[in-house]
Amino acid sequence: MQIRSESDKAGFRNVWVVAEVLSGKVQPVTHELLGAARPLADARGSEVWAVVLGSGVADGAPALAAYGADAVVVVDDARLAGFTDEVEARVLCRLIDEHRPEIVLCGATTRGRALIPRVAVMARAGLTADCTELGIDPENGDLLQTRPAFGGNILATIRCSSHRPQMSTVRPRVMKAPAPDPSRRARILRADVTPSDASLLKRVVEVFHDANAAFNLADAPIIVSGGRGMKGPDGFELLKRLAARVGGAVGASRAAVDAGWIPYTHQVGQTGQTVQTQVYVACAISGQIQHLVGMQSSDLIVAIDKNPDTPMMKMADIAVVGDVFEVVPALIDEIPKL
Amino acid sequence: MKIVVCIKQVPATSDAKIDPETKRIVREGVKAVLNPFDTYAVEEAVQLRARFGGEVIALTMGPERAAIALKECISVGADRGVLHADRAIAGSDTWATSYVLSQAILAIGGVDLVLCGKQAIDGDTAQVGPGIAAHLGWLQATYVMKVDDATATGLRVRRMHEDGYDVCDVDFPAVLTVVKDINVPRIPTLRGRLAAEKAEIPVWKPADIGCAPELIGLDGSPTRVVRTQPPPPRSGTTTVLDGSARDSARALVAELRRRSIL
Ligand SMILES: Cc1cc2nc3c(=O)[nH]c(=O)nc-3n(C[C@H](O)[C@H](O)[C@H](O)COP(=O)(O)OP(=O)(O)OC[C@H]3O[C@@H](n4cnc5c(N)ncnc54)[C@H](O)[C@@H]3O)c2cc1C
Ligand SMILES: Nc1ncnc2c1ncn2[C@@H]1O[C@H](COP(=O)(O)O)[C@@H](O)[C@H]1O
Repeated sequence: MQIRSESDKAGFRNVWVVAEVLSGKVQPVTHELLGAARPLADARGSEVWAVVLGSGVADGAPALAAYGADAVVVVDDARLAGFTDEVEARVLCRLIDEHRPEIVLCGATTRGRALIPRVAVMARAGLTADCTELGIDPENGDLLQTRPAFGGNILATIRCSSHRPQMSTVRPRVMKAPAPDPSRRARILRADVTPSDASLLKRVVEVFHDANAAFNLADAPIIVSGGRGMKGPDGFELLKRLAARVGGAVGASRAAVDAGWIPYTHQVGQTGQTVQTQVYVACAISGQIQHLVGMQSSDLIVAIDKNPDTPMMKMADIAVVGDVFEVVPALIDEIPKL
Repeated sequence: MKIVVCIKQVPATSDAKIDPETKRIVREGVKAVLNPFDTYAVEEAVQLRARFGGEVIALTMGPERAAIALKECISVGADRGVLHADRAIAGSDTWATSYVLSQAILAIGGVDLVLCGKQAIDGDTAQVGPGIAAHLGWLQATYVMKVDDATATGLRVRRMHEDGYDVCDVDFPAVLTVVKDINVPRIPTLRGRLAAEKAEIPVWKPADIGCAPELIGLDGSPTRVVRTQPPPPRSGTTTVLDGSARDSARALVAELRRRSIL
């Protein structure tokens, strides 16, 4: 809602995290957001709340305390079984109306990006997508939301001074999940779906899980990624062998995906996935900004390219100057089979 | 079937540069293109019209020159275009943009289906599609990768998710956002180009269609960009290995061992 005076603002308290639960399992992005919410709540002297919507989700709720939730609002209802974003949006709006959170964070996943813009419109709240950094202005509690814009060429900082709550989405793997503290406990609050929430309904007919979908990439500790310089599908076969040797997954630049050498689910970057791995090995990827935004927070970056002056080679921790078709086979040779 | 396709003209971001002095985006001389994700929305609309008849209307909110993007849509099969342009809408964020577009959709009248791209490559928010659905109070389906079935009253669609996909039935009126897997956009025919050239694009103003002045433009936008800056460089130094492939491979493996990665 629109804020007319500072006292209006004072009516809004706490930092909310909208949890993402798939097949009964809380997704890592939720833990990451709880980690990001903690310093914000501390700066405001308020609490971190998680909101869990779905069917059969109640059991997982108490465990969110370990990642920093002080309270968990649970809406467990069979009518939320499929992902019916219209219903979830109405429920969330009612909860926001009732409890007046100051900040609402949600994962920038396909589900989050469907749900939360709908909520923001209904709640007349500002929403900033894909934030990479969140801070608080101590003067007035404004959330300082930093996000890449124009394909990652600039970082913009955004405020919503005159509306509450302040809403942001954050991509998976952009924030670090805190180490869980199993001794923490949270208050559990139950809420319902009303008949009017559920009156606008699309029917989810079937759900298909693809275990090989994009998830593997983000979960891999090591990613061996290839670009245009891999020259074709055979080049990617070589990378698959290296990845298998080190227990990693294969990523790709958009140039390689567009050329049809490897499916889109492997694409890293602005229009692909964001990854944050222990080691990212970029093979013949020049490192245009749209690619860098998807992998630059990896712990160790290794680049292999025959051109030592590319942006990727300049930003890498270890830059190997050479032909990928010589260096990669040599690496496979040097790493003993597990 | 009356279909509105919301399209946006965007700067080709691969060209976007930062002025090192002002730290602002250099817009001069940057090519403007039809948002690539919107081409799939236009194609899907044209395919649906081929099956069910009706009309495809391309709608945009933007500066006068965005008429060119609407003409591009007409060249690949849209029946007509509507441009919403006015000084009052400058500075609109996704809340205000989706409000204006929703009002325009109501003004067009009798619309069954609104198609949007997954996201616009300048803002990259993916918020406008669901925002329009929220303003209208209509059903929505996002990240649609396939229309499995269509009738005059609704669609069966596949929604893409990180962990697979789901199939759902949406009754009209509804708003869909589509991903590039959904179809292969056609290229304009000569006839299409001629139609585009001839097409008159009406320019609408927010006041004409009953937009509340306090909900549009900067005033209507909850979010404000307060600062822009270039992304920070990654700290740390680069170790360069430029010996033979064999030597580099050995040195790299040794380094990965030292860090207990291997
Ligand atoms: C809106 C938008 C969104 C985008 N989103 C993404 C995205 O999500 N992800 C993404 O990756 N890109 C994205 N891009 C594209 C991006 O701008 C680049 O075009 C792309 O990343 C380039 O891929 P590349 O590095 O593989 O190819 P290139 O830039 O062509 O680099 C190839 C590299 O391979 C090296 N090379 C060639 N042969 C060899 C050899 N034998 N041995 C060693 N090195 C060799 C070359 O020296 C060069 O450095 C996007 C662009 C736009 C406009
Ligand atoms: N100004 C606009 N005019 C018409 N359609 C728009 C506009 N802005 C966004 N859209 C539509 O909304 C989609 C998502 O845009 P965005 O939320 O900006 O990423 C785009 O692919 C378009 O279909």
